[in-house]
Amino acid sequence: MWNYSEKVMDHFRNPRNVGKIESPDGTGTVGSLACGDALTLMFKLDADKRIVDVKFQTFGCASAIASSSALTEMVIGKTIEEAEKITNKDIANFLGGLPDQKMHCSVMGREALEAAIHNYRTGETMIKNLEDHIVCTCFGVSENEIRRVITENSLTTVDEVTNFCKAGGGCGMCRDDIQKLIDSIRDAKIPQVPAVADKPHKKMSNIQKMKLIEEVVDREIRPQLKKDGGDIELLDIVGDRVTIAFRGMCAGCHSAAFTREDFIEAKLREFVDPAIIVVEEGE
Amino acid sequence: MNTIYFDNNATTCVAPEVRDAMLPFFGDLYGNPSSMHAFGGQVAKFVTGAREKIAAFINAEPSEIIFTSCGTESDNMAIHGSAELLGPQAKVITSRVEHPAVLGPCRRLKDMGYREVEIPVDTVGQLDLEAFREALKGHGPAIVSLMWANNETGVIFPMEKIVELAKEAGAVVHSDAVQVAGKLPIDVKKLPVDMLSISGHKLHAPKGIGIFYLRRGTRLKTFMLGGHQENGRRGGTENVPYIVGLGKAVELAAANMAAESRDLTRLRDKLENGLLATCPDARVNGDRAHRLPNTTNMSFEYIEGEAILYHMSDLGICASTGSACAAGSLEPSHVIRAMGVPFTAVHGSVRFSLSRYNTEAEVDYVLEHMPKIVRKLRDLSPFGKGDTLPVNL
Repeated sequence: MWNYSEKVMDHFRNPRNVGKIESPDGTGTVGSLACGDALTLMFKLDADKRIVDVKFQTFGCASAIASSSALTEMVIGKTIEEAEKITNKDIANFLGGLPDQKMHCSVMGREALEAAIHNYRTGETMIKNLEDHIVCTCFGVSENEIRRVITENSLTTVDEVTNFCKAGGGCGMCRDDIQKLIDSIRDAKIPQVPAVADKPHKKMSNIQKMKLIEEVVDREIRPQLKKDGGDIELLDIVGDRVTIAFRGMCAGCHSAAFTREDFIEAKLREFVDPAIIVVEEGE
Repeated sequence: MNTIYFDNNATTCVAPEVRDAMLPFFGDLYGNPSSMHAFGGQVAKFVTGAREKIAAFINAEPSEIIFTSCGTESDNMAIHGSAELLGPQAKVITSRVEHPAVLGPCRRLKDMGYREVEIPVDTVGQLDLEAFREALKGHGPAIVSLMWANNETGVIFPMEKIVELAKEAGAVVHSDAVQVAGKLPIDVKKLPVDMLSISGHKLHAPKGIGIFYLRRGTRLKTFMLGGHQENGRRGGTENVPYIVGLGKAVELAAANMAAESRDLTRLRDKLENGLLATCPDARVNGDRAHRLPNTTNMSFEYIEGEAILYHMSDLGICASTGSACAAGSLEPSHVIRAMGVPFTAVHGSVRFSLSRYNTEAEVDYVLEHMPKIVRKLRDLSPFGKGDTLPVNL
């Protein structure tokens, strides 16, 4: 059985806002019977242009139903502009997290919301842009959709992309293409690096420094660790002292101390501040 | 909440008689059957006794029975052991609906350069015998590995015909008999199959014990090296308690097989017909005329299997699904897809598999609650609207 959170099970057992709306202001449908999950989302606006009513119908597993139900609770009372800021991460977080292999359920929620907003604004039914290059033919996932989940969720492996949008999960023929997309997004970020590294470090505010540390971890460090099945979590930053915890295969690895000093600390010193010290949780 | 266990093709409970038979071997009788002292030697006679019971169970000779750790090990032993012996010119013939324990090793051989053929099935899951005949043509050695009964649908392959055709073509034949053992009689004197795989935990013995039947005279490269046990064909100290338990389990299965089969068929049919009557847009996947007595695989259109199972689980009902979501993959069951089940029904398949310990009251309970679950999920689904469901929630 999946390790679903209590909140996922609650929304699955007692889904909120199920059904249809008579003459909705926006309607969006994504997915299909063949793909194994599908969601129709409808909303109605009040005089202040806030979402006053929202209804959904979902075909899919427990987490697909829970993600749809959660989304309806999240958008009620919001303006269109506020609602469209909701990401798949927000939906997963609202539910107290989703298993990795189920993240695509949260992406389906976000896509249905977008389709409904598009329908509201243009009156059109959002059909996948036919000019958009389809990378995964098994699940009909386009290059733009893949790029978006990679960017929004800082994905670094093909398996992660499959978990988030199904691409690559069928015949597997497109896995190399997905890897190329991951590489191109990572490479596109690299030119920013010298600019950042050249900045006088000491002039950064605390907030700037923290953001830069997070960026470097996501861009330079995490992808390397994930190649070996590992990961790290950034726990705290106090002055130049960065506290981390090893996750996945890194946790309990004999080489973790070397990884921390020779790799993580070195990278952060290179890109953020030469004074940085990296310590493990509990040290 | 009571547990209603309708998932016996996944695993079965250990029969109380089996557990009792095993217990002494976790206590005083812990000796190694190979030891040259009476303390260990007294244990050897229990292993011999179990081997004789198991041989009798399939009408084999005791020397043809090899104990393994599970059905998967037996399958790997048969396929890799034959392939290594025959060399890469051998053709490997299997089907599209095999258990992963057979498909895995066959596909590994394909990666290694062997010619591998996966025979298709028809819409009720029956083997395409014409395609099988075709695959057997040609020169050079061939290894056939075809399951006797399918774990997901219960569909029984025509094993007599399969073995006959394979033997005519000079092929070596293995059958994964994991789902058949304990449910239908097996007689290797009548059926000239070369190798069989059987698993203990599907017939009320514990997990962690399997049988590999190897017909006398059939050659094989062993892959578990390092011990003289099982006549040098499978090294490793014998798992004495489990071997004794399996001996007891086959004794129980053999004693009541005909009566159990009749009872299971009646309960299964009641469940299946009841659900077909109360749940619109439901269908049976598989050849209803050639099926294990305990198994039904049904699809409920327009809804998804994992969601069905979680609602059933809330009521204490245990079953399985071929839905993609439950397996953590994105593709639904290879068996259901190989049968060409309509796409509206692929994701909503549920397998119910019964055992001798199930009761009519349990079937009635499931019949009472399943239509409500189906109705609840259909209400949620954007598909298949316009049904009139004869059930009030």
